[in-house]
Amino acid sequence: MEKILVGLKRVVDYNVRVQVKSDGSGVETDGVKMSINPFDEIALEEALRIRERGDANEVVVVSIGSSESQQQLRTGLAMGADRAILVETASSTDALTVARVFRTIIDRENADLVILGKQAIDDDNSQTGQMLAALWGRPQATFASELTFDGTTAKVTREVDAGLETLEIDLPAVITVDLRLNEPRYVKLPDIMKAKKKPLDTIPLADLGVDGAPEVKETAYKPPEGRQRGIMVEDVAGLVAALNDKGLL
Amino acid sequence: MSKVLVIAEHNGESLNPSTAKSVSCATQIDGATVDVAVFGSSVAGVAQEAAELNGVARVLSVEREENDPAIAAILAPQIVALAGDYSHVFGPSTTFGKDLMPRVAALLGVNQISDIMSVEGSHSFKRPVYAGNAIVSVDAPADSIVIATVRTASYQAADRGNNAPIEAASVDAELPTHTRFVELRTGSSDRPDLQAAARVVSGGRALASEENFELIYKLADKLGAAIGSSRAAVDAGYVPPETQVGQTGQIIAPDLYIAIGISGAIQHITGIKDAGTIVAINKDEEAPIFEVSDIGLVGDLFTVVPELTDALG
Ligand SMILES: Cc1cc2nc3c(=O)[nH]c(=O)nc-3n(C[C@H](O)[C@H](O)[C@H](O)COP(=O)(O)OP(=O)(O)OC[C@H]3O[C@@H](n4cnc5c(N)ncnc54)[C@H](O)[C@@H]3O)c2cc1C
Ligand SMILES: Nc1ncnc2c1ncn2[C@@H]1O[C@H](COP(=O)(O)O)[C@@H](O)[C@H]1O
Repeated sequence: MEKILVGLKRVVDYNVRVQVKSDGSGVETDGVKMSINPFDEIALEEALRIRERGDANEVVVVSIGSSESQQQLRTGLAMGADRAILVETASSTDALTVARVFRTIIDRENADLVILGKQAIDDDNSQTGQMLAALWGRPQATFASELTFDGTTAKVTREVDAGLETLEIDLPAVITVDLRLNEPRYVKLPDIMKAKKKPLDTIPLADLGVDGAPEVKETAYKPPEGRQRGIMVEDVAGLVAALNDKGLL
Repeated sequence: MSKVLVIAEHNGESLNPSTAKSVSCATQIDGATVDVAVFGSSVAGVAQEAAELNGVARVLSVEREENDPAIAAILAPQIVALAGDYSHVFGPSTTFGKDLMPRVAALLGVNQISDIMSVEGSHSFKRPVYAGNAIVSVDAPADSIVIATVRTASYQAADRGNNAPIEAASVDAELPTHTRFVELRTGSSDRPDLQAAARVVSGGRALASEENFELIYKLADKLGAAIGSSRAAVDAGYVPPETQVGQTGQIIAPDLYIAIGISGAIQHITGIKDAGTIVAINKDEEAPIFEVSDIGLVGDLFTVVPELTDALG
């Protein structure tokens, strides 16, 4: 195949203990470490491997967000992507709008395959890939943990609740990746220097002519109800007694 | 007036417990009429199970060769064809529903509400974000259909005792052939299902090998418990992926959850927040798992777990 698109979303780093703002308008992001969504790193790693074994010629990373998303795109270029596209918007975007953006980029770029993360760890939506596949009228293989290509088809193993499901899909298609697909490579310093010279195009979202989706309004953020720390027992006898007290045995 | 269509999850033989939980969520909408749609090739038994769920007004069975086993790209246009009669379409927030429902939403031109944990009004819901570190209240647009997945751990299964009518629905939709089922490899099925089990025994990286997981299996057998695990244990190959509990694994709510040699990373905790009682066994008294456990025991699992297994007689 010729070209693979990979989505890179800028999100609060997974190691950050996220705090809800006191006015309930969202979560604290000031001074908080931001990173590529971990699943998207895996998506990019897979795309790079596909290219490296000669099954594709070009890997283009795409982010929809503020100009700060350039950082994540530069990291993607340093990992080995050939080009980057930032679809710039100051406001936050919902899954359907993001899917519609990807749909227009597919046409502009003539992409054969889109690889996304199975979910963004900020909104935990797990929607975008499935929506894009629907809008494109093409196959989706979500939660992929293994994939192989054979000319115009792909075999994808998916992590589902019941075990491992394998689908065969025709290309072009959308694949969303799970954690066990691969381990993303580390970026080396020379790669970061080289990445500075790679093309990063910015397109204002408004220029794409994408219709906004009916808005789901977020009215309030709250911290979750925490669990209380319970008792500590000294030994197995104590544990059995405590379980009996609660009527659990 | 709200009319909710719940998409049933099943394996061709029996209804997945996620369906009865999704029905519970749907009945939380004031005055809602709740129908269940069962897609498959031969689903009389499954449709009967769905008809027995309290709160269900009607079961639609959509039998077609292509619907077995379920493939999102094939079910989605059929659901769209049925959706015209409904104000809401709900699916479970299992891998089945997560795969399917956004495809339906996009075809209908709306966003999906993922992981409903509470119904606040016909178009108002609460859902977790940031691995459950925040709960957000959302209002879906009042003038469009609501497509949502239900966080099953937040709901009790609807009781049985009903006898709703079952209707065969014929659905006019063009079905794609670009996606083909090859196989499903399931783990050993002689143990209780992780989603449905009242007790779960879970092991982490500390088990250090596939062989050592035998300790977990023995304890689970004594308790009639399902097996869970941390991501670290799955990544290391000690246990199969479908046992993983957490943000990216399964979200569960058993009466009893026993975490053994699991540190309690936020991504793991988010999967067990709704458990009745959490027991933690860890050799590090500072392990974060103790902050959320009801009963904690500091000790080496390699001595504590066999002792516990013996003590249970
Ligand atoms: C995007 C993303 C998603 C993730 N999703 C998930 C998810 O869904 N589920 C999940 O579980 N993780 C998930 N993780 C990983 C998570 O962050 C942790 O890395 C993981 O949960 C750690 O597993 P663990 O507790 O088994 O291992 P560790 O953190 O290594 O903990 C091992 C524990 O065992 C204890 N121990 C060691 N030896 C013994 C002994 N002999 N006896 C008793 N105790 C002992 C140690 O004190 C320690 O607390 C995710 C991570 C990312 C980035
Ligand atoms: N703003 C964005 N920019 C780039 N990719 C995105 C964006 N939002 C979502 N995606 C992709 O879609 C996947 C699923 O996101 P979500 O549906 O929000 O959970 C992510 O892992 C990304 O690969």
